Amino acid sequence: MVHWTAEEKQLISSIWSKVNVEECGAEALARLLIVYPWTQRFFASFGNLSSPTAISGNPMVRAHGKKVLTSFGEAIKNLDNIKTTYTKLSELHCDKLHVDPENFRLLGDILIIVLAAHFTRDFTPACHFAWQKLVNVVAHALARKYH
Amino acid sequence: MVLSAQDKTNVKGIFAKIGGQAEEYGAEALERMFSAYPTTKTYFPHFDVSHGSAQVKAHGKKVAAALVEAVNHIDDIAGALSKLSDLHAQKLRVDPVNFKLLGHCFLVAVASHNAAALTPEVHASLDKFLCAVGNVLTAKYR
Repeated sequence: MVHWTAEEKQLISSIWSKVNVEECGAEALARLLIVYPWTQRFFASFGNLSSPTAISGNPMVRAHGKKVLTSFGEAIKNLDNIKTTYTKLSELHCDKLHVDPENFRLLGDILIIVLAAHFTRDFTPACHFAWQKLVNVVAHALARKYH
Repeated sequence: MVLSAQDKTNVKGIFAKIGGQAEEYGAEALERMFSAYPTTKTYFPHFDVSHGSAQVKAHGKKVAAALVEAVNHIDDIAGALSKLSDLHAQKLRVDPVNFKLLGHCFLVAVASHNAAALTPEVHASLDKFLCAVGNVLTAKYR
């Protein structure tokens, strides 16, 4: 089980309380598809992904980004039980979606960059540490049921 | 990362030892990869990945042929694998981390069948070669 210090929990929730989930989620997913274009392989049905502008403005990307980050919020609500929180989602990503878990790591790192860009100096090294731990734990939990 | 003249000699040497069994090595590398790294199966949801699978055999043959082609054009791997590089960038889009995994499994297959030939020096050369192949295949990703 992951151990979170009180400080780590505080750093995570204080940032999260100021996050606009819809905007941040949309931006994170858009950046994933732009910075690592091969990740577009999972989104053939999303329509126009032909340029960074198209991706950033794509309504399906925005909606899906919101969905993904909302789910991330569940982990934050259940920091002491992230594994169980993501059991079903892990199975889904393996058995139905066939998503390489490397993508969870990529998205986690993108999220950190988006948060850093948004919070600038307030995203201190200590903040970064706590959030890096969180995204790693989430990626691990989502990969856990792969077989 | 550059392949020295010695590296090239070592790689050609080990592939000469593998000879006509390259296809088997390809299939074995894939089978090992699917077992040791189950996440790699996400790229083959349409495959039967069980031991002895005809699909894995066939795909192993393709992988081996590409490696042999690279060895035969070891001075210009990028040129030799240009079409494969395009395919991976535009269509397959396998995440770059996976090339290391397959390369590793290929080394394991070679080690298990050719322990004596896989000296530390040859091991180093073959590892560099497989890295180079992976780099070429992901070179056009972005």
